[in-house]
Amino acid sequence: MIAEIGQYALILALALALMQTVLPAWGAHRGDPTLMGVGVPVALVLFLFVSLSFAALVALYLTSDFSVVNVVDNSHSRMPTIYKITSTWGNHEGSMLLWVLVLALFGALVAIFGGNLPDRLKANVLAVQGSIAVAFLLFILLTSNPFTRLVPPPAEGADLNPVLQDPGLAIHPPLLYLGYVGLSIAFAFAMAALIEGRIDAAWARWVRPWTLAAWVFLTLGIAMGSYWAYYELGWGGWWFWDPVENASLMPWLAATALLHSAVVMEKRDALKVWTILLAILAFSLSLLGTFLVRSGVLTSVHSFASDPTRGVFILAILAVFIGGGLGLFALRAGDLKQGGLFAPVSREGALVLNNLFLTAATAAVFVGTLYPLALEAVTDDKITVGPPFFNLTFGGLMLPLIFAVPFGPLLAWKRGDLLGVAQRLMLAAAFAVVAAVVTAAAEDRGPVLAPVVLGIAVFVILGALTDIVERSGVGRVPARVCLSRLAGLPRSTYGTAVAHMGVGICLIGIVSESAWSTEKIAGLRMGDSFTIGTRDLTLERMENRTGPNYSARVAVFTIRQGGISQGTIESGKRTFTARRMGTTESGIRTFGFSQLYVAVGDEAPDGLIAVRATWKPLVTLIWLGAVVMALGGSLSLADRRLRVGAPKPAKRRRMVPAE
Amino acid sequence: MTRKGRRLVLIGAALTVLGLAAALVLTALNDTIVFFRTPTEVAQRQVVPGERLRLGGLVEAGSVVKQGATVTFVVTDGAAKVPVAYTGMLPDLFREGQGVVTEGRLQPDGTFAADTVLAKHDENYMPREVADTLKKSGHWMEEAQKGRASGAGGGALTQ
Repeated sequence: MIAEIGQYALILALALALMQTVLPAWGAHRGDPTLMGVGVPVALVLFLFVSLSFAALVALYLTSDFSVVNVVDNSHSRMPTIYKITSTWGNHEGSMLLWVLVLALFGALVAIFGGNLPDRLKANVLAVQGSIAVAFLLFILLTSNPFTRLVPPPAEGADLNPVLQDPGLAIHPPLLYLGYVGLSIAFAFAMAALIEGRIDAAWARWVRPWTLAAWVFLTLGIAMGSYWAYYELGWGGWWFWDPVENASLMPWLAATALLHSAVVMEKRDALKVWTILLAILAFSLSLLGTFLVRSGVLTSVHSFASDPTRGVFILAILAVFIGGGLGLFALRAGDLKQGGLFAPVSREGALVLNNLFLTAATAAVFVGTLYPLALEAVTDDKITVGPPFFNLTFGGLMLPLIFAVPFGPLLAWKRGDLLGVAQRLMLAAAFAVVAAVVTAAAEDRGPVLAPVVLGIAVFVILGALTDIVERSGVGRVPARVCLSRLAGLPRSTYGTAVAHMGVGICLIGIVSESAWSTEKIAGLRMGDSFTIGTRDLTLERMENRTGPNYSARVAVFTIRQGGISQGTIESGKRTFTARRMGTTESGIRTFGFSQLYVAVGDEAPDGLIAVRATWKPLVTLIWLGAVVMALGGSLSLADRRLRVGAPKPAKRRRMVPAE
Repeated sequence: MTRKGRRLVLIGAALTVLGLAAALVLTALNDTIVFFRTPTEVAQRQVVPGERLRLGGLVEAGSVVKQGATVTFVVTDGAAKVPVAYTGMLPDLFREGQGVVTEGRLQPDGTFAADTVLAKHDENYMPREVADTLKKSGHWMEEAQKGRASGAGGGALTQ
């Protein structure tokens, strides 16, 4: 019964999505306010029905209804409740339903918070959103129905893939989808602007908060995925340059570029055409990511199951939306009026440079990700484009950009003074050089470039602070004035500084972990010790444990530093009963910002246990940096100007015409 | 500066960055890509020792020998065999008779020194490259290796 409710709700949602696509767009075309107004309630009801469908699937998982194929394949009656819920989207069909749920959520949010949008713009935005929903609802109903029944129902399910039985599954996909799919709003706004053939600074002001919100979620989602892979896969890597990771990195890079170019458009009415193109590209890369992950052309942790019809279907969706988007862009972009002039050395110029580097980096990742697929299709040669490629190309493009980050916010709009800015950054640069020199002296291992990169990271952090400190006038004005100035600074200024500091913090983590980790692999017997960094690990005992749906064999180590005990660290292997499949549970202890990472292998017949221990200095800064970036984004999002600053439609009907 | 001059500066900057990107990508593609080879291709001496490559096939039954943290095994595609040595942690689903992909360098003595071993992360899953290899050499058993058709669970390559 519940499955049928879910199925019908999904079919009704498809009908509603069709209405949301056709009626407002037609209304906007004819200038009929009643038809245009239909978009808002329909978007809300669409969200309601998709939620109902999703809730039905969750209910099926919670009650372990094994008459549904999807539940049989991905659940087990003895799984903990949290995993019963999360396994709803721990499979292809369910994760597509989550995708559509998030899409409908964003449509509803536009309907609710879009009160100050001009009617025609809002109608067109909702229509474009609706068309995306139509495509993906069709995809689910035709190729990936999660509600298909199984007759006769088996007594027990096949269990969820053990790798996914982790709290990470509760957080990572929803966050990532909020980011991925959130970019559809920017796409819908771009399409609406092109359909109307006009666009102005107010448009950028409406688009920016949506892009910012999507970017914040995408940042957190990627960071969460990275940390999950780090602790769950037992290998200790936090980024593999796996095509699926790249699939989420590319939209993130494009969205980052979009955020910055939208600032130029909002403040200076320039870069319009480029901003529209970026909005289209960012969502296109999201769709491409969905295609790469869902079509089964790639093998990775994320490709749940491959079915050629699904790949072809998503490819068709991809062709329609990317082709349609770029086609409309090609037709209409020439009509958009160019605005604001600026000198090459200016805030605008710096933001253009940011965009150039970010898009070039996106292109490099794009080539590295798709080249093996293209080559195999053409020549049948199988190649792997691995970390060395990406470290060289992506690193080579991102480092100059990151070095330039502190200069941007200090440059004036229209015409900046590069020499003056350089002078103001002298103090930050001096500290950065000291940091690099001290590190180089203290660490004789690792590549020569590493201390330089560390110095750049410190420069970015201090450079971001410089902006805030200068604006407050510390040292030049009385403390009281200084404080009131700090309180008076717009939140978006803090947002910028905090997000840029996050970049620096993340970079410190990346360079420390990559250059100065120490790893030791050894075969140990009970009571054996070995030294890792400044700490001694002793294998104390092996324990047998049982979980709800697995049994575990756990190695317990004691940690000593200079003879003083620092407690224990545990690492083991779990064997899951239903799939007879094992996972490695790595042991992680955090000391300050650094971590000790231990993984154990199988016990050999001679009693030796393979142990790999890694000391990862400052590794947590990688993810903390990402969280700080997201915090900066949220601060910007809380800026008054973005919330209430958008002018009311009635007074703002005189938008700049296209001609 | 005139509008035209500014536009020229902009175009110049764009070309510089794109040129840098293109140069980096081309250099990296020349130096860093890794080819996938089958044991047969290795046996037919299509591989220069010392070149970094991926070797994939089945772990031959009875060939796994563990000594502390070092393990040796034989990778086969049914037609040819290559001995592999690896020091480190094996993936959870590394089993005899199952598919595996290793990355490393071929030594002059014909053994393959792997620094990375990837195995499937699901009972029913076979790395795509390995599946293709087996199909090519005629050792593909459709029913036994295809797994459940209903599309359950994750195919996964993990390290």
